[in-house]
Amino acid sequence: MIAETRSKPAGRSPLQTAAPAKPLPGVEPGSVTLTVNGQAKTIQIAPWTTLLDALREYMNLTGTKKGCDHGQCGACTVLVDGKRINACLTLAVMHDDHAITTIEGLASPDGGLHPVQQAFIDHDAFQCGYCTPGQICSAVGMLHEGHAKNKADVREGMSGNICRCGAYPHIVDAVLEVINKAEKQP
Amino acid sequence: MNPFTYARPDSVDSALDELKAQPNARLIGGGTNLIDLMKENIEHPTRLVDVNRLPLGGISELPDGGLRLGATVTNAETAYNALVTARYPLLSETILAGASPQLRNMATNGGNLFQRTRCYYFYDTAMPCNKREPGSGCAAIGGYNRIHAILGTEGSENQPTACIATYPSDMAVALAALEAVVQVTGSNGERSIAFADFHRLPGNEPWRDNTLEPGEIVTSIDLPAKGFNQHHTYLKLRDRASYAFALVSVAVGLEMEGNSVTDARIALGGVAHKPWRKPEAEQLLIGREATPDNFRLVAENLLAGAKGYGHNTFKIDLAKRAIIRALGEAMRSKV
Amino acid sequence: MTYIGQPVKRVDGRDKVTGKAKYAAEFNVPDLTYGYVISGTIAKGKITRIDSSKALALPGVLTVFTHENRPHTAWFDMSYKDQDAPPGSPFRPLHDAKIKYSGQPVALVVAETFELARYAASLVEVSYDEETHETDLEAHLSEGREPSIGMATLIKPLPPKPRGDADAAMAQAPVSIKAHHVHGPQHHNPMEMFGTTVVYEGEKKGKPYFTIYDKTQGAPNSQLYVKQIFGLSLDQVRVISPYVGGGFGSGLRPQYQLFLAVMAAKELKRSVRVTLTRQQMFTFGHRPQTVQDVELGAAADGTITALKHGAIAATSQFEDYTEVVVNWSGMLYDVPDATLEYKLKSLDLYSPLDMRAPGGVTGDHAIETAMDALAYELNMDPVELRLKNYSEKDWTEDDKPFSSKELRECFRQGAERFGWASRNPEPRATKRGDVLVGWGMATGIWDASRMFARAEALLTVNGKLRVSSATADIGTGTYTIMTQIAADTMGMPIEDVIFRLGDTDMPMAPIQGGSWTASTVGSAVKQVCEDLKKTLFKLARKSSQSPFHNADFKEVIFRNGQMALRENPSIAMSLTDIVSLNGGRAVSETSTSMPNPLELKKYSRHTHSAAFVEVEVDEDLGTVTVTRAVSAIAAGKILNPRTARSQIIGGMVWGISHALQEDSKMDHRYGRFMNHNLAEYHMPVCADIHDLDVIFVEEHDEIVNPLGAKGIGEIGLVAMPAAIANAVFHATGKRIYDLPITIDRVLY
Repeated sequence: MIAETRSKPAGRSPLQTAAPAKPLPGVEPGSVTLTVNGQAKTIQIAPWTTLLDALREYMNLTGTKKGCDHGQCGACTVLVDGKRINACLTLAVMHDDHAITTIEGLASPDGGLHPVQQAFIDHDAFQCGYCTPGQICSAVGMLHEGHAKNKADVREGMSGNICRCGAYPHIVDAVLEVINKAEKQP
Repeated sequence: MNPFTYARPDSVDSALDELKAQPNARLIGGGTNLIDLMKENIEHPTRLVDVNRLPLGGISELPDGGLRLGATVTNAETAYNALVTARYPLLSETILAGASPQLRNMATNGGNLFQRTRCYYFYDTAMPCNKREPGSGCAAIGGYNRIHAILGTEGSENQPTACIATYPSDMAVALAALEAVVQVTGSNGERSIAFADFHRLPGNEPWRDNTLEPGEIVTSIDLPAKGFNQHHTYLKLRDRASYAFALVSVAVGLEMEGNSVTDARIALGGVAHKPWRKPEAEQLLIGREATPDNFRLVAENLLAGAKGYGHNTFKIDLAKRAIIRALGEAMRSKV
Repeated sequence: MTYIGQPVKRVDGRDKVTGKAKYAAEFNVPDLTYGYVISGTIAKGKITRIDSSKALALPGVLTVFTHENRPHTAWFDMSYKDQDAPPGSPFRPLHDAKIKYSGQPVALVVAETFELARYAASLVEVSYDEETHETDLEAHLSEGREPSIGMATLIKPLPPKPRGDADAAMAQAPVSIKAHHVHGPQHHNPMEMFGTTVVYEGEKKGKPYFTIYDKTQGAPNSQLYVKQIFGLSLDQVRVISPYVGGGFGSGLRPQYQLFLAVMAAKELKRSVRVTLTRQQMFTFGHRPQTVQDVELGAAADGTITALKHGAIAATSQFEDYTEVVVNWSGMLYDVPDATLEYKLKSLDLYSPLDMRAPGGVTGDHAIETAMDALAYELNMDPVELRLKNYSEKDWTEDDKPFSSKELRECFRQGAERFGWASRNPEPRATKRGDVLVGWGMATGIWDASRMFARAEALLTVNGKLRVSSATADIGTGTYTIMTQIAADTMGMPIEDVIFRLGDTDMPMAPIQGGSWTASTVGSAVKQVCEDLKKTLFKLARKSSQSPFHNADFKEVIFRNGQMALRENPSIAMSLTDIVSLNGGRAVSETSTSMPNPLELKKYSRHTHSAAFVEVEVDEDLGTVTVTRAVSAIAAGKILNPRTARSQIIGGMVWGISHALQEDSKMDHRYGRFMNHNLAEYHMPVCADIHDLDVIFVEEHDEIVNPLGAKGIGEIGLVAMPAAIANAVFHATGKRIYDLPITIDRVLY
């Protein structure tokens, strides 16, 4: 044992202050308006609420998944002003002036699926389904970016989304199909 | 994550005022590392100052032929910027080898410089760590240190090695090779920091990752005119094909006449507390033929004095192999 | 059959691609509170003090549970035993001051918001008295002991007695090889982190009621666990788990967040959600560290004459987790002189936990790389060597015949698809540009088990069929294949059939694991539909006016949503019309499907596979890429080739992960896993996975179950690591015995 390098009481980081009697600054919720899937909604949150938790716990939009909460899996991928980002590593308060799109907002209001959603079904590009909303949002973001042209590009471009079920070959097939269809259209 | 208040100033001056008003305030750009560290109880700011409304965006040409990368421009925008891809393809390639598309869409150029180490022990508050908790010890020494530093870790007689963490950024490895300049502003005015001087070795203050003074803000990263856009490569060795930190990485920029090297830059990532450069080693190439033997000489020189700590000892030889390969690729590469 | 065997698209596909599919931590209810777990920091010792005062002082923090204030729970170990509990004394969260492993939950903070609970948790101070711990199996290899016997060893048998004299035969063998393998621990890391939402439904007659949304591979398993521990009756606890974000074995046992969430909800009379962090996903079950020694002796013609395969695995101090590691060698190769050994060593760790192809992937890597090495010693093609030693019976189970075994076809079709015939066997001889190319192959084997299960089938007055069973769909396709089976059995269009699962209000099914769900629940669904048909037939023939009045059940067929006379199909009645005879009520049946153990016991029942792999190795840099792979699978009837292909491909990705990336790294000084996050615990990303191909070999099996389907959850994984390791040898001429084969292992 190398207890001599271990501080006791064990392993807590510094910066502990006695808890104040009144609420700490930052804990008190305030109004934040988020525009998600075209709809503006005001919620009461403190600054320490991530965009991911705001969606899931405060807006009941649980389609966006929490797979690691540290930007290491991509399950929380959403589109902010059309760009794919990890919702777990950003604060909700930072996005009051952005258009956020989640998996719930990809299908058209009449229920017609986004081509990427349909391709995922057609190619069986998922199993447990937990990484799927992130994969789909990521694919949609990648299509907007316009850099992915071939299989190798898609593999690299989709590498920010871990699928533990190992559906990668089918994910690549699904995304390539959408890319190829889009290219054929004028 | 502890509670904090949030501010989103729209001028650099008011951001500076924010930092002055609360010593425990921190700037937030993309948040990709800071939020992560706050969730892990490693960083505890009481106020977050959002830099995304500061007028620090844009990528613009400098009068000396260089390029100014705004601090709040994202890594992705930088990597795909037409000026960057044309004149600094090494930087573009290097950025795209890092993190994931989502993270690159969030992370800012300024923020990238402040990424903290991926050392397991730094990240686990149950463990001793001199970087996180000064004086608690370094558990990586004698521990599981496969991803740790092999260069720049030596202590002295009075001061044993305090930290073997590495700095994980890819982008910074290219910036080191390109000799970028970091522009900062603070209450005492503006100053320029050569990239080699921006990050620091752990020494006996491993909690200090860089030489920025409290209250200063990075406003841009300036690239000098020389972009090595003819002969360049970024080679990143990692445990999976993408979305993983480097075990060893090498950024190379060469200028050549025929088969002869006229200028050379080599920076290493994943091996030290900062991007590792050794101009003396680069000099060995200049005026010489680009041959595997000469590459080997450079690699040996660059790794001279490297020290392994057990699990990471393989990186000494791996780094040499990577340098030789990267030089060969850069020699052959053409835009 | 209209649907069985067809590539029907997942019936839950739309829910999964639109975000409508809800997982355990996503059932939001009013006034929900949030629990945050505090994890211990030492591997062994005692908690001397927990100071929660700073946390409790925060407005909005409801309470902090510790071992000191934990409400009363059941006394006896028996109450804590779940369906997958190994022999021993199950871990009890917050039981006492004792610390048994690093990362053990030591407290639960409950607050009005998630953020507050997380912050408050950081304010709780825990002090310990540390004791010396032991976590390093490699330091205790000589201390292996026999595992305890229990319920688990019925499903996972211990090795058979030695056969003949392996040592003497080995000494006489003209050709022999020997290998020593170290496999590190691994963690399941499903993408969904473990979470439980306990909805407090209030009290009726002084008794509290709970609806529990749990991440589990078996809702009934969680229900029974909660009932026993908290002294509740079954009707007070309903567990629901419609979607599971990956399991891979991790959900076979109730995990500690379930205990903590129920404890808090019961005590606080509030609804509570507890979700673990990714770091905490490394603080319960794992694939155990295992060290193996293999020896093979053979005659010059390739006949294997001697086999020794021994393994020692780490378990916890409180349970004897076992898995089948070495028996596979005996099932694959009918060697006259053979010794198979399996030992355990207790260490200061959490109990290991079945992880996809538990034991199988571990043992297969050892025996199948040994076979490759033997092939080289004999100068024989690796496929030839396997054909030479092809076994028609299973000596580990008293020389029983296999219920079916189309492994030969796997070799033939797999080799053909892969192009194996053009392989130059010489190591280091094949290059593509500057990189070395290697081709390797291996055999895989897994169990074809069947348990008992119940199912309900209900035909609504509108003629829609609702079938249910309390099983799970962890991504395997259960929803879809059960719908197919029900539709076919009832002769109904699939659009009119809904299969539901994951709810303890439904008929009982076992935990979803061991590749037995298709076989087990599928048989129950078929059974209940057959029974429902009989009921409908009786209903239809009741009236004297009925065209079926004088018919026998054998004379009718069900198709196109109708019941008709086999000999005269124009005489038919729609199912809707039949139900209408039931006085405006739906018609339902509940049935139990039981395997016949006496019949099954006459056979050794297994799936088989042959994996063929190509790797590229950059020898200067030590990188290995699996550029393509073919898996030929013999698994009986394939119920749905679309979802089955996904299962096998997933298994192959796991094989690549197992061979090249995954490794839970422990710092034994602290007895703690250090790479406990998804940035440093590597599993493949999209860029790691290239061309994977799957062949399902035709295999008929009337023994395993009425469907002839064997289950495919693990078989895609089993052979891959050995095939990859063999390909790396072919590429480089270097045998790498330990996994994963990382850059440093290739180079040094």
